[in-house]
Amino acid sequence: MRLSDKTCAMAEAVAAIPDGATVMVGGFGVPGTPFALLAELARQDKRELTLIKNDANETGTGVDLLIASGRVRRLITTHIGLNANAIAAMNEGRIEVEFCAQGILAERVRAGGAGLPALLTDIGMQTELSAGKQIVQVDGRCLMVETALRADVALIHADRADPFGNLAYRATARNFNPPMAMAATTVIAEAEVLLPLGGLAPDEVETPGVFVDHLCPMAEITEEYGVVRR
Amino acid sequence: MSADKIVPLKPADPRGRMVARAAREIAPGMVVNLGIGLPTQVVDHLGPDFPVCLHTENGMAGVGPTLPHELADRNLIDAGGAYVSPIPGCSYFDSATSFALVRSGRLDLTMLGAFEVAENGDLANWKIPGRFSPGAGGAIELAQKALRVVVMTTHCDRKGNPKLKRRCTLPLTAAGAVMRIFTDLAVIDVTPAGFTLRECAQGVSVAEVTEATGAPLHLPEGDIPTF
Repeated sequence: MRLSDKTCAMAEAVAAIPDGATVMVGGFGVPGTPFALLAELARQDKRELTLIKNDANETGTGVDLLIASGRVRRLITTHIGLNANAIAAMNEGRIEVEFCAQGILAERVRAGGAGLPALLTDIGMQTELSAGKQIVQVDGRCLMVETALRADVALIHADRADPFGNLAYRATARNFNPPMAMAATTVIAEAEVLLPLGGLAPDEVETPGVFVDHLCPMAEITEEYGVVRR
Repeated sequence: MSADKIVPLKPADPRGRMVARAAREIAPGMVVNLGIGLPTQVVDHLGPDFPVCLHTENGMAGVGPTLPHELADRNLIDAGGAYVSPIPGCSYFDSATSFALVRSGRLDLTMLGAFEVAENGDLANWKIPGRFSPGAGGAIELAQKALRVVVMTTHCDRKGNPKLKRRCTLPLTAAGAVMRIFTDLAVIDVTPAGFTLRECAQGVSVAEVTEATGAPLHLPEGDIPTF
């Protein structure tokens, strides 16, 4: 037996994403953001997207390539403070923004990836984030229902990968990538280093390749992956 | 200069004094999350041999000092975007694990900034309707679930209005969460009776603290220490 080869050119993997898709995007700031896949998504002019991402990157990079050009209809996120353009788009009603507590966003994604329809929590019950959410009683406690999140597509940035799609990450470039890599119908991962099958030791694998549909080796590590000089 | 012209000794840097005092809140062995902004400066007061595990919610326990750009690892930042270093024994994990740690009671202390703190411990630090609404990030979980929640903030806003109030007017981050407040003027505890003065900054009188506080300030018996 041998494991299948899922390596694929970025252009080909992204071409299958339809307009109107819900797209999860890994990353917290620069680390873990799949800039190359996002650039390809913008290049192919995909529209009416719903994005699920921790933050909105910074003006002019990452998901802002999609937001600034009017390709995003809705954004589910936790904090967009480093992107003045995204804040303006929100305030002017050009995009709809749903804010979520950061760990609850992670947990909603994790639930989606684990095949669970929802989760219960008391996080944010005393805040305006609880508006409109269903409350249930469990063991005498009032808890809020947070629905699971799944996406049509997840865009993942990995450090190392093999052709089957086994993934390993670097440092704080993990963040939302591992849970998102489990929570979409089609999972597309870009990897900085492509190793042969067996090159990534089973003990090193953080996202099993079973969850990954397309593995796109990166041609180069462009400037936007680098250290930001503020 | 004659003796009667000597100016009373005022702290050269009230903010630096506040940060140094807040650093003493951290006990050996704690797991601590320092909020973005002023609280991160507390790191400068923790020596290399001080046993503490700093957590950053983007996925690291054992955060070391920040690094200049030329030494930075492009994959290693804290939640505020600063490039940080690893210390021996540190670990990396995903965002779900990071907040599992927070919600399940493994985070001993968080030190957060504030727009407003109410005398019942309510905290507002994420939104000013119509002016500032970037989203709460991880602040709600930190404020709601850390075992001890302290705030570090200037006592008053830039216009001189008190940040310590009877009730918060801005959208809440968490209700009844704050236990202690470090300001440039004082250390104040949130008690069942309301704000209670514990310490005054050097050169600051009790009357000045009371005047700058937008809710009744309770004074314990005895002398108020200075910091």
